[in-house]
Parts: sequence; structure tokens; C-alpha cells
Amino acid sequence: MTQPDDFLALDDELDEAEQGIRDVVRDFAQDRLAPQISDWYERGTVPREIFTDFGKLGVFGMHLDGYGCAGTSAVAYGVACRELEAVDSGLRSVVSVQGSLAMFAIHRWGTEEQRQEWLPRMAAGQAIGCFGLTEAAAGSDPASMRTTARRDGADWVLSGTKMWITNGTLADVAIVWARTDDGIRGFVVPTDAPGFSANAIPRKLSLRASDTAELVLDEVRLPAASAFPDVRGLRGPLSCLNEARYGILWGTVGAARTCYLEALSYALTRTQFGRPLAGFQLNQRRLTEMVIAVGNAGLVGLRLGRLKDAGRVEPAQISYGKLANARAALDVARSARAMLGAAGITLDHPVMRHLTNLETVVTYEGTEEMHTLSIAAAITGLKAFR
Amino acid sequence: MNIVVCVKQVPDTETTRTLKSDDRTLDRAAADGVLNELDEYAVEEALRIKEAHGGEVTVLTMGPDKATDTIRKALSMGADKAVHLTDEALVGSDALQTSYAIQQVLGRTGFDLVVLGSESTDARTGVLAAMLAERLGVPQLSLANKVEIDGSSIRVQRQTDYGYDKVEATLPAVVSVVEKINEPRYPSFKGIMAAKKKPFETLGIADAGIDAAQVGLANAATEVVDFAEAPPRERGQIVKDEGEGGVAAAEFLASKKFI
Ligand SMILES: Cc1cc2nc3c(=O)[nH]c(=O)nc-3n(C[C@H](O)[C@H](O)[C@H](O)COP(=O)(O)OP(=O)(O)OC[C@H]3O[C@@H](n4cnc5c(N)ncnc54)[C@H](O)[C@@H]3O)c2cc1C
Repeated sequence: MTQPDDFLALDDELDEAEQGIRDVVRDFAQDRLAPQISDWYERGTVPREIFTDFGKLGVFGMHLDGYGCAGTSAVAYGVACRELEAVDSGLRSVVSVQGSLAMFAIHRWGTEEQRQEWLPRMAAGQAIGCFGLTEAAAGSDPASMRTTARRDGADWVLSGTKMWITNGTLADVAIVWARTDDGIRGFVVPTDAPGFSANAIPRKLSLRASDTAELVLDEVRLPAASAFPDVRGLRGPLSCLNEARYGILWGTVGAARTCYLEALSYALTRTQFGRPLAGFQLNQRRLTEMVIAVGNAGLVGLRLGRLKDAGRVEPAQISYGKLANARAALDVARSARAMLGAAGITLDHPVMRHLTNLETVVTYEGTEEMHTLSIAAAITGLKAFR
Repeated sequence: MNIVVCVKQVPDTETTRTLKSDDRTLDRAAADGVLNELDEYAVEEALRIKEAHGGEVTVLTMGPDKATDTIRKALSMGADKAVHLTDEALVGSDALQTSYAIQQVLGRTGFDLVVLGSESTDARTGVLAAMLAERLGVPQLSLANKVEIDGSSIRVQRQTDYGYDKVEATLPAVVSVVEKINEPRYPSFKGIMAAKKKPFETLGIADAGIDAAQVGLANAATEVVDFAEAPPRERGQIVKDEGEGGVAAAEFLASKKFI
């Protein structure tokens, strides 16, 4: 018999450890996060304690090796993202930014000293990281960034403003990408460095249970050893984004699943015209489209995860997953919202929250349009970005 | 210290649980199996004792093949090795027989301390710890909400309706725990990945020296004679508060002997 929450029995494809990790993350997410999320969302906060809880759970940098990281498969990491985002995209974002952007950057591009200094504490959730690439005037086109790092003796001096930075006001360390004489370079910036400040971005209507900030670097002086030694140009930040996008394409499966399951249970219990909503053909079509969308997105995640574990996944394939799954999740959320009628617009049900979150998820880490152009570039050989 | 935790796979309490109509035993195939909730507390306590005093934690379970999932969970939490007693001949064993079978396995593993949950959510007899202690000829410290070990002596707080008793004994001993005792940890990811590689012994009754004539449904000392569906829940009684609501509520509680 098919299960409504895993129609294709996809999770049978997970190995024993991946299933074990799924169970632990799902239990944690349902026990500790789900009961509080609507409150956090309404208040527009994400409590600091979440980081220590996530650290204890072991999700930060879980697919990295050494330095206190568990070294799981990429699929296990994906499944963890799925279970967290089944509760809220903002909570999954915390994990994406900490593990796939900040920790991955240090792990992949940092010196041994930088890794020793930051990774174990970040894995444990004792230190929080953020990742500053985007600027107010440089979003889809990060090469046009204005933040600079100039040499002063052996030191570096950073100036500029980063925008839309997740975990920004909470962070202990910021990975900041800046223009140098030698191309774009990455820097490990302790947030208590003089001249560094972060301002929360107010009035958000999306991803409210997440800290989004502006980072101001006002002549921040750093020792020579704070730069990543060996990477120049956009290759550095793009390698990190590729990691985070991988987590997102799995996470969106969770958001879509939650919206679909909510619509299903609502439609089975709510009656109009003397029948449950689920008994009307138009709603059955909605539910069928949702279950197909969730299943297909799950398949994409699993396939890309296996490719990633085999070391064979291409950035354009990650674009495929990010684009297809974020879009599918948004469609499911909209359809679910409609099926709940008026009840769908409040925080008493998760669907409107997911719906507004997913508006961010289709935008950050490369908009739909950018990924469309990346995929098209891969299949046509023609770049149409500029 | 050689600590053995006895755990059981039980049908998930959130699913519908049924007895089979032919032999009136639990239909274990029909429901998802999970680690008996109280046993998680037993595993946690065993791990804490090991962390404080050193030694090794062995998980012991008797149950069908699929009970391996349950053992995996305990190994993921940090137990060192596992013994799984499984045999067709054991199907339908009652508490008395189960305590015999487990005693035989404990004869092989040895033990300084046996830790159990105080009951399982399926049969809820709550007698296994007592029977086991009796068979092993060692002290039983039941319903513990706190355990302290000092050399070869063990002290527990035994939870009661009026507070707790202080109970003390000498190791080796059998302890059963209640959920107030601790907060079970989530298995760590490293623990989950390591679980696969931990020693895992599967025993049949012959391996454990268990006499087939003393186990199984046909030889059980107790028998389920009949069973019936739980009656559907009746509608609750609604008391309109017209100034006397408190009195009505108190009278209701008193009539049910809650106060
Ligand atoms: C909640 C939130 C959290 C974020 N967290 C981070 C973070 O932690 N770190 C970080 O560095 N950034 C972060 N971002 C920034 C995010 O990555 C950017 O918003 C994103 O890259 C888009 O940039 P933009 O907003 O400047 O839009 P723009 O680049 O201005 O794009 C606007 C629109 O124009 C389209 N467009 C642009 N160029 C083209 C083109 N050539 N062809 C066709 N269409 C085009 C886009 O697709 C989009 O629809 C976050 C954003 C949000 C909303």
C-alpha cells in the first residue's frame, strides 16, 4: 500500500545510517521546532539556543570531514535539510548558511589555523557563522561588488556594505568576499573586529524566523592570515553556493510535503456541500498534482545526492534541482493555501508561512532566472547572462 | 562495569494495535515497531553510568528479526554491543518464560548491572524486572528515578505515590527505571554511522542453552482467554459554570476517586 507522505517509497532507497539520521532529525524537528515555529515566525526571531541545539544534534557541517563534523553522506545531509525545512525554511537556512556556506568555505579554502580555530566551535553551535557575498547593488551579478580589501603593510583593511546576510546579527564570524588588486578574495572576519557592525533588516514578510542583516565594514583591519590563501575570483563563493543550493533543493521537498499533507488532512475533514473537500474532483486534482510534485522533487534530490556522493555532480545539475524544486514547492504551497480557504491565511496552519518563505527560497542562492540561464548555458553552450 | 540493558521492540503507540484472532497474541507485523519508550531511559541511564564509572554497555533484546531496528537505535545512542535472541520457538512467550530466556542469555554475557524500563507499552505487565532478579538471585531495585553507584554498592530513589523510597543494595543487581530518571539523548550522527560496525550477536535458543519446552505460546503459564475491542469513547460531560463550576468539577473528580 502506498503511503501518502512518501508515495514512491523513496526512503527505501536510503541506507541504514541515512534512515537513522532521518529519524533523529525528524524527531528533533517535530518535538523541538514544530511546536514553536509559528510563534518565532510571528515575532520575527530565531532564538540563539537553536544554534546550540543544532550543534548538539550534529547538523552543522554534518557532511564535512574532521574538525568535529560527522562526515555523513551528502544524501544524509539532504534528508536532514528536508526534515528541517518541513518545519520552516528559515530553520533550514540557519543550517545551510552555517554548514554549507560559512563552514564549507573555511573547510575548503581556509588555512589549517583557520579551520582549527573555527570549525570545531561552529560544528558544536558555539560559534555562529554568516556569509557575505550579496550587496545592495550586486545581487545576481556579484562580480560587480564594491566591497574592497586593500593591503596596509601586512594587514588587510576591508570597507563596504553587504546586504541580505543570513545570521548576520548573530554571527561570531563572517566570511566576507571583497575585491582586491588580485581579484575577489575571501576573508575570515571575527565580528568583534573594530569597524564591523550588523543591522537587522526590519519589516520582512518572508523568512521571518531567520536573522537577515546588513553588514557594515568600516575600515576593518585584519591580520594577513585572515584571507583565504589560494582562491581568487568568483570560483570561491560559487563553490560554497553550490553546496548550499544542494541543501536547498532537498529542503524544499520538506516544505512542499508539509503543505501537501496539511492540505490533505484539511480536505479530508472539512465538509462543504455535504461532502469532504477531498471528495470533489477539482480538489482531487490539486492533491494529485501535489503528491506528484513532492515525489518528483524527492527523486531529483536523491539522484543529485547520489551523484554528489560519487563526486560527479555538476553545478548545472544543482541549478536544475534548485530551480525545479523551489518552483515546485512554491506551486504546492500556493495550491495548498487555496485549498484551506480562509483558514489558509493564518499562522494556525503552516501553509501561508511556507508560501511566503518560499518566495525567498526561489530568490536567494540564485533566482529562478539565473538558474534558467545556467541550465540553458549548459545545454546550448551559449551564455545569455549579459 | 559490565552493564546490560534489556530493551524491547513494541508496536508504536501512535498506530492502531491489534491482537491476532487465531492465537490471541499481539499482531507485531501489523504495526510499526519502535523501541519501548521507557527502554530509552534505561539505555540513557546505562550510558550515563558507563560514562561516570567506565565499563561497557550491552543491549539485549528478545524479539522477531525486525527488532534489529530497535537494537540499532540503542547502539546509535552509544551502547557498545548487542545481543539479539530470536527464535520461532520463543513466539508467544509470556513474562515468566521471557525472564527465563533472558536469564539464560545473561548467563553467557555476564553482568554487574542489568537495567530495564519498568514496563513495556504493549503488554504492560511490569513484572519482568522482578522475575529476572528472582531468577538471577540478585537484588531488585525497581521504579528508580535516580541511580547512584559507589564501588560495589548501588543506591536508588524508588518512585512511589507519596514521594520516594531510598533503596540500597550490593552489585550485581537489577534496576528498573521510570521516565523521571533522565532525558534520553538523541543518537549522534557519528553514533548512527558507527552503529553498523559494532559487535552484534544473534542467538537462537540452542545457542543460549534455552530449553524449548520452557518457552513459547504452547508452554506459557498464562493465557489470553478472550479479548474485545475497546468501547468507543463516550462523549464528555459538560458542566455549565453558573457559579458552581468549581464544586461540580471537584465532585466529578471525587466520584472518580482522583481526589
Ligand atoms: C532572506 C534572504 C536571505 C539572504 N541571505 C543571503 C546571505 O546569507 N548571503 C548573501 O550573500 N546573500 C543573501 N541573500 C541575497 C540573495 O542571494 C539575493 O537576493 C539574490 O542573489 C538576488 O539578488 P537581488 O536581490 O539583488 O536581485 P537582482 O539581482 O536585482 O534581481 C532582480 C530580478 O531580476 C532578475 N535578473 C537579474 N539579472 C537578470 C538577467 N541577466 N537576466 C534575467 N533576469 C535577471 C532576477 O532573476 C530577479 O528576478 C539573501 C536574500 C534574502 C531575501
